[in-house]
Amino acid sequence: MATDIKIVEAPEGFEGSGFFATSFDKVVGLARSHSLWPLPFATSCCGIEFMSTMASRYDLGRFGAERPSFSPRQADMLLVAGTIAKKMAPVLKQVYLQMAEPRWVVAIGACASSGGIFDTYSVLQGIDRVIPVDVYVPGCPPRPEQILEGIMQIQEIAHNESLRRRNRTEYQALLTSYNIQ
Amino acid sequence: MLTNQFVAEEIVKKFGDDVFDFEEPFGMLTLSTTREQIIPMLEYLRNHSEFKISFLTDITGIHYPDNAGQEFCVVYHVHSFIQNFRARIKVFLAEADLHIPTATGLYASANWMERETYDFFGIIFDGHPNLTRILNMDEMDYFPMRRQYPLEDATREDKIDALFGR
Repeated sequence: MATDIKIVEAPEGFEGSGFFATSFDKVVGLARSHSLWPLPFATSCCGIEFMSTMASRYDLGRFGAERPSFSPRQADMLLVAGTIAKKMAPVLKQVYLQMAEPRWVVAIGACASSGGIFDTYSVLQGIDRVIPVDVYVPGCPPRPEQILEGIMQIQEIAHNESLRRRNRTEYQALLTSYNIQ
Repeated sequence: MLTNQFVAEEIVKKFGDDVFDFEEPFGMLTLSTTREQIIPMLEYLRNHSEFKISFLTDITGIHYPDNAGQEFCVVYHVHSFIQNFRARIKVFLAEADLHIPTATGLYASANWMERETYDFFGIIFDGHPNLTRILNMDEMDYFPMRRQYPLEDATREDKIDALFGR
């Protein structure tokens, strides 16, 4: 029997025999942050680094991302890895729109964050021109450790996010600024 | 084994004055011809008993804004698998009259290659079944590989002209 299995720490709460009372926010945050299912939107070289992150040496599955889904309906976070051309931008936006709340976006690599070295007529200069982004992972390409760091940042955000955040007016204003209803 | 010399001689025998500017950059036979003769030439190369040049590797274009009357050039790269021989054929076109017959009747692969050349240079291929943009956005209203347009994205505010020497 393994005795060194690491278990996530329980949040603060009041406990007694047979029950544990804590705030709903904390429990939901705990559950969400440890089971983020990614949607890998891999276009170029950063996608290869992402593949390496998913593989056994750097193992994204340790963080709860064991099931990368290519269906936006079932994914929690959108990992945009690679150069997005202006022709691809509406497709990316469509994929983002199909995701259900709560959803987070990680821009992996320089091209997704700001266009990278491709300051040209055909490359979208950063996906934050079409969708709101939560975490930017710089690098060309970023090493798997850095991609993991980016995902751990999303875990931090998901852990501490208030349940009412998606209903607040500031969030709605953010979405309308991107023309997303 | 085909040699550049042999192929060049055969082509001159058949086309005479309509082929000119024979060169061999890096050992690859390069010649220029007119837009009326390009399709007959591709056909001739394919049907020749010895050449067997039956693979169209690429069709591309290039813009020389300083060559008055010959600004655009359509470049055809052909290859023979059997003889392991490659050749390049160039057709110069003036900007005022940017038409050339399509090669889709001979090679199905010319379809997308010609669309790409149209998309980036604006060269019209007469007879093409679907001459529309292929790689750029459909809403784009200019031909980006022409030399008068800058490479950089126009909507960035943080890069100033001084950085690019303008």
